[in-house]
Amino acid sequence: MATTSGGEVTIRDLSKSFTLSGRPLAVLRALNLDIRSGECLVIVGASGSGKTTLLRILAGLEAADSGGVAIDGKPVHGVGAERAVIFQEPRLLPWLTVLGNVAFGLEVRGVPKAEAEDKARFYTALVGLAEFSDAYPRQLSGGMAQRVGIARALTVQPEILLLDEPLGALDAMTKIGMQEELARIWSEENVTMVMVTHDLEEAIYLADRVLILPREKGGTARLVEVELPRPRDRSESRFVRYREELLREFGLH
Amino acid sequence: MSLQHIEQRVTIPAHADRTSLGADFPRLANRTVVRFLSRYGILIAFLAIWQVSSRAGWVNAAVLPPIDTIVIALWNGLAGGTLLGDIAISLQRAGLAFAAAVAVAIPLGLFMGQVRAVETALDPILQVFRQTSALALYPVFILLLGLGEASKVFVIFWATLFPLLLNTISGVKQVDPKLLEMARVYGAARLTVFRRVVLPGAVPSIFVGLRLSATTALLLLIASEMIGANKGIGFQVMNAQYNFQIPLMFAAIVILAGLGLIANQALVSLQRRLCRWSDPID
Repeated sequence: MATTSGGEVTIRDLSKSFTLSGRPLAVLRALNLDIRSGECLVIVGASGSGKTTLLRILAGLEAADSGGVAIDGKPVHGVGAERAVIFQEPRLLPWLTVLGNVAFGLEVRGVPKAEAEDKARFYTALVGLAEFSDAYPRQLSGGMAQRVGIARALTVQPEILLLDEPLGALDAMTKIGMQEELARIWSEENVTMVMVTHDLEEAIYLADRVLILPREKGGTARLVEVELPRPRDRSESRFVRYREELLREFGLH
Repeated sequence: MSLQHIEQRVTIPAHADRTSLGADFPRLANRTVVRFLSRYGILIAFLAIWQVSSRAGWVNAAVLPPIDTIVIALWNGLAGGTLLGDIAISLQRAGLAFAAAVAVAIPLGLFMGQVRAVETALDPILQVFRQTSALALYPVFILLLGLGEASKVFVIFWATLFPLLLNTISGVKQVDPKLLEMARVYGAARLTVFRRVVLPGAVPSIFVGLRLSATTALLLLIASEMIGANKGIGFQVMNAQYNFQIPLMFAAIVILAGLGLIANQALVSLQRRLCRWSDPID
């Protein structure tokens, strides 16, 4: 069940600022970026650098002050069916079963229940939760709940998958397993993936390109192309060198 | 890497091989008795002390008659049909008022919880109404509606309305905004968000309101039937006391307690059924 190609994102002169105790605080300043169809772009940056804001603008949950975003040439206003968001928290509906939660995205779009559940069953199996279809969210571990959230997003077969620190709340072991899972899903589903993280290793493991957002005023965003074969090996010397390079960007190495 | 083998010695208790039903039965029965006593022991002791002290003359048996005479009065009242008519009219009053409160409070509460402006505008007057005792307003309702059924039903309705309304509003407002945002991301229309996210999320809180309201309905029922009624359980409590039929008075009180317990249990099982997802244990 691969999606059609598409999912090209164009960001032009994008600016956004918030008012913090009466004073405007710019988090994004005239950002320009092209995200290629089917690529995996990972956004990193110190806290306050606006990475989550950028993702929420891409999702259509927040509006830019100036400039804008276009997807496949069409300007973005609000949420859209070609995008799906995976949040840091699973955000499952506690009164629905795993299958009900996975089917939720399709059902609210008016897809008939039987059809939605068929698709939901496929993606529930894809994230390895087939046996838990009838379980309720309170019976799941954190990692399993997040898989349900991922399956729900995949079920609507978006062109663009937006992930806001999706593994941030998981323990280290679960996290590595889930990174492998995301890499596998991304390669199987032919979807454009834009992900925010504060974990540099995660960024190098998953990204075609890493976007580093500056924190200080007047700094410029930087793109790092990760030219490593997949599946990637975390202990390989080139992987470690990418890590050092990113750490240097943050002045930590 | 090597794994250490940990030797574990398991001691099997000597009596473990006696697993026949004959040997197990007393232990099983024993456990049931213990569980029953730990739950109802104090209630049974209370009734036993009542019975004994009334029979032995430690208390005035005319005021606190022995349990067996109360049971007999209850049986005669039910079998003879005198109390059945009272139960019917009381259930009708309380049921009508409760149903009206549900029909008004739940839709209004769902609406008020959703629309901030309406809630802001109505909240002060609601707080004033809620803090004004319905019993204090009963004379006003009698002046407005007369001493008949209308004022009785209305005072019960009035008192049951607020717990349900306020719990419905807070149920809607407590729905996690992150879930609402999630639904929005999937393109859910406003009505769909309401039906699929807000409403199910508010159900547990609505049930808290329903249970509070059911208790209040019975409370106000009795109070209203003590004034200007000639039938009903509340009337029977007062009337039996005037006529010094103390066992009958207690029989009516027992019926009231029973109605309260049944109403609460019915709502609890309905909630279990509707909110299986929130049950902490399967």
